[in-house]
Formats: sequence, structure tokens, C-alpha cells
Amino acid sequence: MPVIVNPEKCKGCEECLSSCPFDAIVMKEGKALINEYCQACMACISMCPEGAIIEVEKEAPTDLEDIHSYKGVWIFAEQRGGKVAPVAYELLGVGRRLADDIETDLSAVLFGAHQTEAQELICWGADKVYHSSDPIFEHFHDEPYAQMLTSLIMEHRPEIVLTGATPIGRSFFPRVAARVRTGLTADCTSLVIDKETKNLLQIRPAFGGNIMATILCPNYRPQMATVRPRVMKRGRYDETNKGDIIHIKSEGLQSRTKVLQTVKDTSEFMINLQEADIIVSGGRGLGDPKGFKLIAELAELLGGAVGSSRAAVDSGWIPYRHQVGQTGKTVCPKVYVACGISGAVQHLVGMQSSDIIIAINKNPEAPIFNVATYGLVGDLYEIVPLLIKKIKQAKGLLS
Amino acid sequence: MTIVVCVKQVPDTAEVKINPETGTLIREGVPGIINPFDMHALEAGLQIKDRVKGTVIVLTMGPPQAETALRDAVSMGADNGILLSDKAFAGSDTWATSFTLSKAIQKIGADIIICGKQAIDGDTAQVGPETAEFLNIPHISYVRKIEEITGTSIRVQRLMDDGYDVIESPFPVLLTVVKELNEPRLPSLKGKMTAKKAEIKKWGRADITADEDDIGLKGSPTQVKNIFTPEARSGRKILEGTPEEQVDALLQELRGIKCL
Repeated sequence: MPVIVNPEKCKGCEECLSSCPFDAIVMKEGKALINEYCQACMACISMCPEGAIIEVEKEAPTDLEDIHSYKGVWIFAEQRGGKVAPVAYELLGVGRRLADDIETDLSAVLFGAHQTEAQELICWGADKVYHSSDPIFEHFHDEPYAQMLTSLIMEHRPEIVLTGATPIGRSFFPRVAARVRTGLTADCTSLVIDKETKNLLQIRPAFGGNIMATILCPNYRPQMATVRPRVMKRGRYDETNKGDIIHIKSEGLQSRTKVLQTVKDTSEFMINLQEADIIVSGGRGLGDPKGFKLIAELAELLGGAVGSSRAAVDSGWIPYRHQVGQTGKTVCPKVYVACGISGAVQHLVGMQSSDIIIAINKNPEAPIFNVATYGLVGDLYEIVPLLIKKIKQAKGLLS
Repeated sequence: MTIVVCVKQVPDTAEVKINPETGTLIREGVPGIINPFDMHALEAGLQIKDRVKGTVIVLTMGPPQAETALRDAVSMGADNGILLSDKAFAGSDTWATSFTLSKAIQKIGADIIICGKQAIDGDTAQVGPETAEFLNIPHISYVRKIEEITGTSIRVQRLMDDGYDVIESPFPVLLTVVKELNEPRLPSLKGKMTAKKAEIKKWGRADITADEDDIGLKGSPTQVKNIFTPEARSGRKILEGTPEEQVDALLQELRGIKCL
């Protein structure tokens, strides 16, 4: 246990209990006790008026490889249907900055897709692209993806490896981290190099964004992270950029799972919530499923996606894949329009990092107004059609 | 068929209030519940058991009080519960947690392992896939539908950003599930009675023969450096007037920040 309570000093004042984000401090026989939930975040140490909580030196790990022999920043560029996902260009943006800070080069890894896509990654800032066009990578299978990336990491020893916190990245990166025995930080929203140690500071939300944690991986390499889409700025596109495309050999790859079919969504609404600049969401306040027609009309007009609260999904008004919130998707568009959504904590944690939040609700006391940039109090069936009409007028679609 | 369902005890966020001054969660006195996604994992396990006959074992790692999560699972119909609890497991990150779980699953010997997509407190979604890698078995993430299950293989739908994939896997396999998969059942009265008397096995480090260097804080490559509260949102503005005036005011604001 790296943080302990000195029972002789503890007066049982309970001041430390609320400081713990992990619920790891319990009272036992009038004294505070730190249990197995402790993540050694040290938050409690300064809270104790008696100085009874102390940090115990962590034993340094033994037999570690020389971590300084790892060089280079890598980003994994995922593709679906042969097209590189936009998050890859964001990764090249942040990857470039990190590589410059530690004076190393930036490489991209691409499995599947045509070589022209590899060339695009160079235009977006990669110095090197490791590319395989092996047909096994056409569909996403966790095992060959993980096996190939693991062997590339073992061979080339990069110090940082990033990918998008997308369904693909979040599914196979953990296998790679497990295999190469290193740390993996999920869904980072900020990445910075520590000036002194040159370690990667990986900042991520936890508890649905109510707290932020800075995670380090000081004794193992590479430092691996998945990065939330739409948070990092894209790199600069320059078609005169030069770089090397390295064709990787992919022998002996196997997948025990088999993709039999890939079914594209045929929903009438655009639904890729994590890529959308604008999301218009509806909730219980719509009153019935037809309300989503109105939501979709506004979304379409703005070129945005349709989201929903859990209440609307549970009522069967709209499929689950539209759900924003704790048990749905976490989104951060430029504009989030919440219509008839009261704003339960579980919804707020999924959308409160949006740049601008517009809330439309009948109830002026609704918690959604606490996070709204702009709040409109009134009947959404009156306000939304007006909004549609006036936007159309502004766009010259109506006279 | 042996079905292992991995669950985590998390604070019930429905009961959690936010401290308006600090913006942090007030977790005191908040009851522990089974992570919501894991409830769907458990329901999936119980439905598979009903279909193809088998045993459902619920596995959790946590402090002694996590035993209540296992009893809750037994009350829903799980056959056994195993609690991984040991001071030596303290401070585990996803690597060490997955390693520990995989050691326990190896000891149990499972055909199907089912986990929730992620836990609502940590939100990493990493423990399922990492555990599969340690077990050297395939995994399928974000399962939204089980299409077919035979004695040797399973066919499911995997939810993706742009639709879904139909995937087949032989056993053993690890699945992580989303809530669209099913509706968790409620515990029966009989189940509650069984749960009260059920024997919950407790395993520590010695029971799963894990090396000290691979578990707990020592086995964890990542460290939490610090925790802080995100900056509160600013610029909150309630627009006034009739619906039309409010809409006009909104459009003007949006034009002002070049948003439209």
C-alpha cells in the first residue's frame, strides 16, 4: 500500500473521506483506513489536519529494460472500408507536437487500405508510414491487428504509440499493451511531455468527466494511449511533404474470429455521433417518437447528427446507437442542442465537454440549464420549428 | 458449458450528487451496485445457460465488501460467486487487473467469459480485451446481439460506429457487451433466499499463483500522478422573452461567435 494512515496520529475526524475519488478510505474503529480501491493519487494526504496520511515509497521495479533505448512517436491510423478515419489526422497533429518536444520522428502505422491512403498520411505530417496491404486486414479482426502491431513494436521500439479511442482502437490496443507488458491509458483528452522527465503526461476524464486524472507510465515503454476523437487539432496538410512508406511483412497472422458480414447503418438519421460537429438530441420532453422527425429536420439543416437521451431510447422511440450519456456514447461536438432533455447526471457526463450547449426545455429548473451555454425556456414544439424557419431564412432557403 | 461473468462493484451514480462548489462527486454513503454494463453481461450469461445448459460463475475483484455484488448476481440466477480479494491486489491498473482476472479464469476453466463494455467509474473498456490476450483466446467487443450459439461456437453482432459486423468465434471466447443486448431480469424471491445462504469463495494471491511483480501496484505499468476537477463551464446565458425573441437572440449570439 503506497499511501497509509498512521493510526497513532489519526483522530478520526473523517476530513479525508470526501477527498478520495476512489472511495478507498473507510472508517474502522474510529480510525481512517485505506483499502484496496486506493490508486495512490495522493489526494487525501494534504486533507489530513493531523498529517496522519503518509506516502510509502514504492519499491522500484527491477530488471527493467533500458527505457531510453525506445525512440519515436507512432500513431496507428485505422481504416474502415479502405478509408482512413479522420481521427488519424488529429493523431498526426498531436503526434507531431510530441515528437518535436522530444526531438524524434513521427511514424504512422496503417493496416489494409490502398497505398494512396499511406501517402495521404505523409501529407498530414508523418515522416514514415509502416503499411501492410495484406487482405487479412480488410475487415477489422482484433487478433491479427494486435499480433502485427505487437511485432512491429517489439522490432522498432517506439517510445509513444497512440490511436483513436474508437471502437477499433479501444478493442485491440488493450491486447497489444497486455502482450508487450506496458501501460495503456484510455480515452485521453490531453497529452503533454513532462519537461523534466520527458515522460508522457496522459490526461483523461474519469467518472464521466467529473474528475480528470493525469496518468504516467514511467517505467515501461512504449507509453500507449487511446485518444478521444475530435479533441486534438489536425496536423497541417501539405502535399509536397516527403516521407517513406515501408511495406511490412505480415506472415503467419491468424484470426480465430471471422467477420461474416459488415452491415452499414441504414438509419434515416446520420448517427456517427463521435465524428459530428453538430448534434441535435431529443429526450423525454418530445412526448412521442414522432418528435424525432423534428429533431432530424433540424439536425439535417445544420449538417449534424441525431442524438438522444436514455429516456427516449428506453421508451423505444429511437435505437440505442443514438444514445448519449453514461451507458451510451460520450460526445464532444462544437454544438450540442438538447431538446426536451432534463439533464440527468448520466446524460450530462456524456455531452458536457461540447464547445457550445444549447438547451431547450419547458422547465426553467431543469439541470440541463446548469451546463448550457444558451438556454431557451419554452415548448420545444414551438421553439424548434421557429429555429428551423429562421435558419432556413438566413440560409436563403426561404424568403 | 462454463460461463464466467466478470463484474465490478461501482458507486451508484443515480445516487451521486455533484458538489456545486467543487464540481466533484459526493460519494459518501453512496451504495455500491453492479456496474450497469455488467448487468447486461450477467443477463447474457444466464440466457446462454438457459439455452445450452451450463453453469454461470460470477467473478469480481475488489475489497471484501464487493461480496454483496456477487450475492446480488446469485439472486438473479448465477450459480456461484468468486471474490478475488487480497491486499496484494491493491492499486491495480487495467494491466494488473486483467492479469489477475485471467489467472482466476484459468483456474476455473471457462468456455465463455462475458464482461460489460466498460465500468462507469473508470470508463477504460480495457480489462475485457486485455484479459482475453492473457488467456490467449479471441474476444469480441461491443456485442449487441447473440445470433446463434452451438456447443462449439457463437455468432454475434458487434456494434461499430457506422453499423455492425456479424462475427463468429469458436470457444473459448471473451465477449464484452453493450446494453442494447438485453434487459436484465429482476431477482426472484427464491433467488434472494439462495443468495443469502450462498457460499462465496474468496481467493487471494496464493490461490491463483500470481507472481507479486505482476499484480497490484507493483504489477501496474501506469500510475495516477494526480487528480483534479475540470474547469467549470462558463458563459451560461438564459435567453429571455417570447419563443420568437429567444430564437432571435440565440441566432444573434451564434452569429456573434461565427457559429452559423
